[in-house]
Formats: sequence, C-alpha cells, structure tokens
Amino acid sequence: MLEQWMYIGIFMVVAMMLPSIAIIIAGLLSPRRPNPIKNSTYECGIETVGPGWPQFRVQYYIFGLVFLIFDVETVFLFPWAVAYNRLGLFAAVEAALFIAILAGGLIYAWKKGALRWL
Amino acid sequence: MSINDFLAILPVLVVLVTGVLVMVADVFLPEGRKGIAALLSGLGLAAGLGAALAAVPSTGTAFAGMVVADGFSLFLDALFAAVGLVGIGLAYDYFKRMRLQRGEYYTLLLFSIGGMMLMGHANDLVMFFLALELLSIPLYILSGFFRARLASQEAALKYFLLGAFSSGFVLYGIAMVFGGTASINLEGIVAAVRDGSANLTFLLVGAALLVVGFAFKVSAVPFHAWTPDVYEGAPSPLTGFMSSATKAAGFAALIRLLLVVFPALGENLAPVVSGLAALTMIAGNLIALVQTNIKRLLAYSSIAHAGYLLIGLVAVNSSAAGDAVAAMLFYLVGYAIANLGAWSVVVAAEQAEGRGLELEDYSGLGRKYPWLGVAMLVFMLSFIGVPLTLGFWGKLYLFRVALESGLFGLAVIGIAASLVSAYYYLRVVVYMFFRDGEGVARRDVWLNLIAIGSAAAVVLMALVPGDLLQVAAQAVLRVP
Repeated sequence: MLEQWMYIGIFMVVAMMLPSIAIIIAGLLSPRRPNPIKNSTYECGIETVGPGWPQFRVQYYIFGLVFLIFDVETVFLFPWAVAYNRLGLFAAVEAALFIAILAGGLIYAWKKGALRWL
Repeated sequence: MSINDFLAILPVLVVLVTGVLVMVADVFLPEGRKGIAALLSGLGLAAGLGAALAAVPSTGTAFAGMVVADGFSLFLDALFAAVGLVGIGLAYDYFKRMRLQRGEYYTLLLFSIGGMMLMGHANDLVMFFLALELLSIPLYILSGFFRARLASQEAALKYFLLGAFSSGFVLYGIAMVFGGTASINLEGIVAAVRDGSANLTFLLVGAALLVVGFAFKVSAVPFHAWTPDVYEGAPSPLTGFMSSATKAAGFAALIRLLLVVFPALGENLAPVVSGLAALTMIAGNLIALVQTNIKRLLAYSSIAHAGYLLIGLVAVNSSAAGDAVAAMLFYLVGYAIANLGAWSVVVAAEQAEGRGLELEDYSGLGRKYPWLGVAMLVFMLSFIGVPLTLGFWGKLYLFRVALESGLFGLAVIGIAASLVSAYYYLRVVVYMFFRDGEGVARRDVWLNLIAIGSAAAVVLMALVPGDLLQVAAQAVLRVP
C-alpha cells in the first residue's frame, strides 16, 4: 500500500521538476535581444487593437451556457450512437429521456429570451 | 438495471421530474399567474410524499449498490416532502407581497428537496457527495433570491464559499476512505474493515474529514459561522425551510456514516462528536441570549438544537443505537414542525425592505393577532422543551438515550442549556404580549394555516409520543 503511494510521490516530484528545469535552462541559455514588436501582445499574428482588459458583453456568458447544453449532449450521444446496436431498447429510452431533459433546458433559455441578441 | 431500481428511489424521481416540469411550465405562465407553479410543485411534493408512505422498505440495494431504500430513507423522504410542502406554503404569499414572484423559486426548491431525499438513500460515498451538491447548489442560489438586497447577496456568497469549502472536506474524506479501504461503496468499506484489509489510520482521517464536512451542513460549533449571516440574509420562507430540512439531511448522512460505515472507529470518533455536541449546545444557547433580531435568534436556536441532536449521534455507536436513531428522528420531526411554525410567524410579521424583523417590532403583536401570538408561544415552549409539547418528548427521549449509553455529562449540559434557552425564547413571548407597540402582521390564509396547524400538531402529537416514537423506531437502517 505505502509503496504504491511512494511511486505517486516520486511521480509528482519528477512531474514538477521536468518543466521547471526546462524553463530554467531555456532562461539561462536563450539569447535576449528585445525590440518593441517582440514585446507586443501576440494575437494570432494580427496587430493588436486597444488594451488587453476590455469589457465583454455579459451575453456571451449566457450563450456559452446555452452552448453547454449541446456540448454535453454530443459528448454523451456519440458513444451511445456507436454502441447503439448492442444497447437495445433500454438505452434508446434513456437517451430519449436525456435529450428531453436537455430540451427542457433549451426551451427555458429560449422563452427567457437568452437567444435574442440585444 | 431493472424497474425495481427506479421504484427504489421513486419519491426522489417524482420530486426531481416535477422540478423539471415546473421549470419548463413556468416560462409559459404569464406574470401574476405564478401561483400555478407553486400549485404544480405542491402536487409533485404530495405525490412524492405519497410514494414515500406507500413504499415498502427493502433490504436490498439498487443501481448496483449505489442506493438503498430502507425504512430510514423512506422516513426521511416523507419528512423532506412534508417540510417542502410547508415551505411552499410559506413562500407563496411572501414573494407575491415582495413583488418577486418567480417560478424558479419552486424549481430550485424541488431540486434541493430531491438532493436531501437522495442523501437518505445514499449507499455509496459518491452518492453522498452527489446528494450534498444537489441539495446545496439550489440553496446557494435561493439564498441570493433578493438580487437587489445587499444582505441577500452577502448571504448567497458566504453560503456558497463556505459550502464549497465544506464540500472539499467531504471530498477529501472520501478520497482518504478510498485510500484506506480501496472501496467507496458502503458494503465494500464495511467488508474491508471486517476482514482486516483496511488501513485504519487512513480510514480514521477520512471519517474525521467527512464528519467535519457534514458538521458544516448541520451548523455545529465551531463550523457554524455562516449560519446566522445566511439565515438573516436569505428570504425568510427559505430560511424556515432550510433550517428544518438541511439539518435533517446533514444528520441523515452523519447517522448512516457513523452507524453503518464507521462502527469500528466508534471509540476514536465518540470523544470528537461529544466535544462538538457540548460546544454546540453551550455556544449556540449563550450567543442566542444577546440577539435582538428574530432571524438571528432563530439561527442560533437552530445551532443549539443541532447540539442536542449531536448527543444522539454520540450514542449511535453504543448498545442503544436503535433508540438513539429513533430519538434523533423523533427530535428532527418535532423540531421541524415547531421551527416551520415559528418561521411562518416571522414571515407574517416581516415587512417590505426587510423591516419588521427586530424583536422591538414584535411588541404588541400577540395581543393584536391572538392566534399568531398563541401559536408562537407554543413553538417557543416546544423549543425550550416544556412538558405537553413535542419538544419536551424529543428532549426527553434524547437525554434518556444519553443516560442509557452513559453520557451523563452531555445530558447534564443539555438540560442546563435548555434552562438557559428559556430566557431568550420567552423574551420573544414577552415582547409579543407584554409590550405596547405598533406591530403589524400579514393576514394570509396559508401562513395562518401553517402557524395554527403546526401549533396544533405540536400540542396534539405530544399526547401520543409513544406511537410516534414507534414509527421512528421502525425506520431502521440497512446494515450490510
């Protein structure tokens, strides 16, 4: 029992050491020639516009939440679809229930106006 | 998986499905017709109550050992459904009056009740955690239901942060128990302890962490700091529901854990739980003495009552285990009835903007509204434990169990604490009847019904305490 925990301990120490050593060595060996372009924020190669701390519309958050309904649905339905032939009627009913519950969430969000862009 | 699995947790399913239905139905209800959502929720809870009463306790497990449906869990199902019904009665008029009528209140309340019921059914540490989160998360949201009120926001944030913190304790405890026994199923844990393959040190650490986590939920001292602030800031009908039901759910988990899972650790855990009980009784009652706000007063009172209940929890690992569980269930029911009644009076007396909650505001209320006044008198006497009330029998049975299992010190502290508590409970009555004031209360049929009905129940059920204890004694736990 205890030896197995020791392996986990060793693993954690090594896991923490490897990246820190890599970062320290890179910091020691790399040449440093900074210029304004290098120091600017990297944004997919496009020139940065404005400061990095703007306010986002809070509605993005609601959309993110609604998206989660479809996201979770896919995660569970893909394995179900793959094994559909072997699972039989019970799993089909379960999946229908699952979709019905998620649809309830979607109807709620829809009627509350979460899908309307203000 | 068969139909029997679903039948085992039928009351839980009924309540949760109603919750989803109410959520969807609510968005189609026009403003001002939200009473239909309350009605639907009430019907769902009544159906859940019926399912719990009609169900036959089984000795097996369901869903591959994840849940049980023994007498204990069915008893708690009925208790939670009944408390939920009263909780809806408290809420309906209140939110209409406060212009905050929203169907989400009932949906979240139903989800929380579903979680509490599941807590009684749990037979796997993961189920305990799932039930804990299912009952807590809706309560975090409901505490902040008055979005515009600063105290309500503070209550929600405080409850959420400390609740999440206590969930962390539970989770770490589960991990430790798993580390010690290589199982998270109660059967597996008990088997590992029995055949000696368990590492008792890990198991003890895990059990202690679990006790800490659930002690947060039942607001035992020194894990009580959130209670007064949350109870004060949350909407009053929710506080009434929360203080009755959440406590019962926390004790449900503690009883099953200490009685079924950790009997081998009885000697190690008993002193800890005894200490918690003594501290909770003393601190809860002493701090309540100086409260001037009725909600804070009842919050400390609920802490004090958790202390009395903890005495029973100490006795759970003695030879009087069956009596201890029965006495605790009896006490929980008695406390829930008196507590919901007392909160119905608080809800009736509360004015807009959170005024009408100081003891001063209760001046003269009893003479102006004799029914409410007499009802409040009954609840306060029951809280003290005066004979002829349900609270008296609850305390009598608990202290008797304490004496049977040799816990003389705790019984003495409990009796002394009850005497001290008479001061602050009777102060409420003194304000209501013997002071002149402009106190006003809401005349609402549901609130009056709850106040008078609970008062009648507290007095009438005290006439047949033996039969009630018999019912509680039949609510036995399944021991693997």
